[in-house]
Amino acid sequence: MNMMDPNMTAAPPSLYAKRTAVFPRKIDGPFRRFKWLVMALCLAVYWGTPWIRWDRGPHAPGQAVLVDLAHRRFYMFAIEIWPQEFYFVAGMLIMAGIGLFLVTSAVGRAWCGYACPQTVWTDLYQHVDRLIDGDRNAQLRLNAAPWSPAKFARRMFKWGVYLGIAFVTGGAWIFYFADAPTLQREFWTGTAAPVAYASTGILTFTTFWLGGFMREQVCIYMCPWPRIQTAMLDENSLTVTYKHWRGEPRGSLKEAKGAASPLGDCIDCKQCVAVCPTGIDIREGPQIGCITCALCVDACDRAMASVGRPRGLIDYCTLIDSEREIKGEPARPVRKVLLRPRLIAYFAVWGGIGLALLFMLGTRERLTLSVARERNPEFVQLSGGAVRNAFTLALRNMEDRPRTLRIAAEGLPGAALYTDEMAPGAAQGTIHVTVPADSTAKVRLYAVVPAAHARQQDFTLQATPLDHEGHAVRRETHFAAPESEHEEHEEHE
Amino acid sequence: MTHDKTHPAKVIDSATGTAMVGHEWDGIEELDTPLPRWWLWTFYATIAFSLVYVVLYPAIPMLHSASTGTLGWTSRGVLADDIAHEKVEHQAIRNAIAATPIEALAANPALQRAAIEGGHAAFKVNCVQCHGSGAAGGKGYPNLNDDDWLWGGDLSAIQQTLVNGIRQPGNDATRSSLMPSFGKDGILTGAQVQDVVSHVRVLSQQDPANASSARGAQLYADNCAVCHGANGEGNRGVGAPKLSDKIWLYGGDRASLVNTVTNAHAGVMPAWTGRLDPVTIKMLAVYVHSLGGGEAAPALAAPAAPAAGAAQ
Repeated sequence: MNMMDPNMTAAPPSLYAKRTAVFPRKIDGPFRRFKWLVMALCLAVYWGTPWIRWDRGPHAPGQAVLVDLAHRRFYMFAIEIWPQEFYFVAGMLIMAGIGLFLVTSAVGRAWCGYACPQTVWTDLYQHVDRLIDGDRNAQLRLNAAPWSPAKFARRMFKWGVYLGIAFVTGGAWIFYFADAPTLQREFWTGTAAPVAYASTGILTFTTFWLGGFMREQVCIYMCPWPRIQTAMLDENSLTVTYKHWRGEPRGSLKEAKGAASPLGDCIDCKQCVAVCPTGIDIREGPQIGCITCALCVDACDRAMASVGRPRGLIDYCTLIDSEREIKGEPARPVRKVLLRPRLIAYFAVWGGIGLALLFMLGTRERLTLSVARERNPEFVQLSGGAVRNAFTLALRNMEDRPRTLRIAAEGLPGAALYTDEMAPGAAQGTIHVTVPADSTAKVRLYAVVPAAHARQQDFTLQATPLDHEGHAVRRETHFAAPESEHEEHEEHE
Repeated sequence: MTHDKTHPAKVIDSATGTAMVGHEWDGIEELDTPLPRWWLWTFYATIAFSLVYVVLYPAIPMLHSASTGTLGWTSRGVLADDIAHEKVEHQAIRNAIAATPIEALAANPALQRAAIEGGHAAFKVNCVQCHGSGAAGGKGYPNLNDDDWLWGGDLSAIQQTLVNGIRQPGNDATRSSLMPSFGKDGILTGAQVQDVVSHVRVLSQQDPANASSARGAQLYADNCAVCHGANGEGNRGVGAPKLSDKIWLYGGDRASLVNTVTNAHAGVMPAWTGRLDPVTIKMLAVYVHSLGGGEAAPALAAPAAPAAGAAQ
């Protein structure tokens, strides 16, 4: 390279590399079929999920998966998450992260190869290319051909299909955030929220651009994940490997006949390059552009079968097993590769977080009480000698039904309670408050303590559901009274 | 590559074709790589933007103010627009509050909520100076949270107090009364004042009956009972405080009571008509009534209690 030129006479290489368009050839095989399956699954989940209905009764939305930003609720089938329970989402994200560590350590960049949205949509768009322009050779020819009305028409049609897929992709996103059938009606009648149109527009554009045109450049230049994965991989991770010790020196069958010494198994048919969706040559070794989709494995296996050589010249293989095979030893069984401490540790952490989340989900409180004491004024001296304190209660009912609660002041002798919606004369030892379904009720509570008991003291406010389901919630708080009153009563007592 | 110290103007680096800066440190030289074109044009664009901005908006600081800009934009003007906009926004609910009799607001919880919030906002501007931010008052300024009212604690009585004020000269409807300065004006002697105070402290159950209070009882009946009632029950008609309870506007200890009887007090409150619009005064009345001590209107007392119970 020029950089190594000691005299620095030549111009340094440009840091910019123009993209070489990739036209992967159609291929069939076990990995391709697996990729089809994962793709179908991912697209079905993405497009189908918002349309699943889930009956939660009259007080909650009937959509199975819904991120209700307006009301700050997240619904996922039987689970409803409030904003303060966002740690469930955080926990799931941590699980997703550790899950990726686990998968990467075990099977390398399987996420990149099969399930990443960029991979799925690039794959989809490459199928569209093959469907409209024909297979690899036809696409190469069309790409090289000068612009003509026919080529222009074909391109416009293809980009129209791109745009259609992009629109359906971008449009599906918004249904996760509102009732899908309603939003769809609103969307087409022009009455949906502007943010729905904006989101659809932006996601349509990004899908069209990233899936239709950027493709493998996203993986190679834009995505941080391949860099992180490079650090996550170790000598026990499965990666797509060209077994050079078996394939080299490569040469076609014709070259092999004229060669002085026998050549390796690679017949240099370049099928592995032709089918690669990122346009790399796996025979150059592991590289950042390889998303380990294993389509080259399918291609190579077919080539080997056609020349009567054993399959697996390109195959999933770990670094350790590569070295064993070079030395002529057999590869270790898969079970031994997977059951190693690092994977077990990842799995344990992943499973532990999952179990902890499930435990918290099962035991979380669906009724909460918080108490804010009025501090201005701290207490009010009433004319009869009694002292009144005011409290603001926030009663949060996270269930899909209204609940009536009995409010009582434990450890505050003689206290009579009333709220700002009651007449002071109606004050009683315990009062009832109804909290509407799935909401927080703010209650201004007054506690009046007769002169005989009016002194500074701690007590507990308790809210007991009258439906006798679930237990009472309680909150320690304080009753304030004038100091002098306190002393006087001490004297009287 | 050559480096001519006598002509430092343009030395071109042969490897890159870029000019050199002309410095040299231990044989290491620096390329004078030009700024990227896009960066330069962005920079020029910001300069062009700033020139336009300086003409259109206030920009150049001067001794007492800044240049005004041709658009006439000011941050005060934005605030005024915002306030005007909010006033328009609030007009509908203010009209609704104006059209609803004050006793009927409770039947419309949303409207009452708005009135309380509006009253709270007005209270913070106009009332906290005397009554305190928590409306708890202080010596000489009534606590509005409690159940003791000098002039009445139902909605219309509070509104009447707000509209006409207390002891406002020139206002015929104002709350007005005047306690004589019994000691200062020589109506009672110093010893008689002490005896009356002793009696008042017995009335309020602060002291047991004694000889002084027994002497004071007759003086009280002659001089005080006409307004404060035979047993110190007070009289809201003349704003005479109840003397038998635990709440003292000017203090219930002996020294304070002696001072009150000797010099008398006549607290004043402004009449808010003319200072605030009727709707704001109405909202203030609703807010003060909502602080925990509000009383039901006498005529509505019977039906109001079950209505409140039903709402609950």
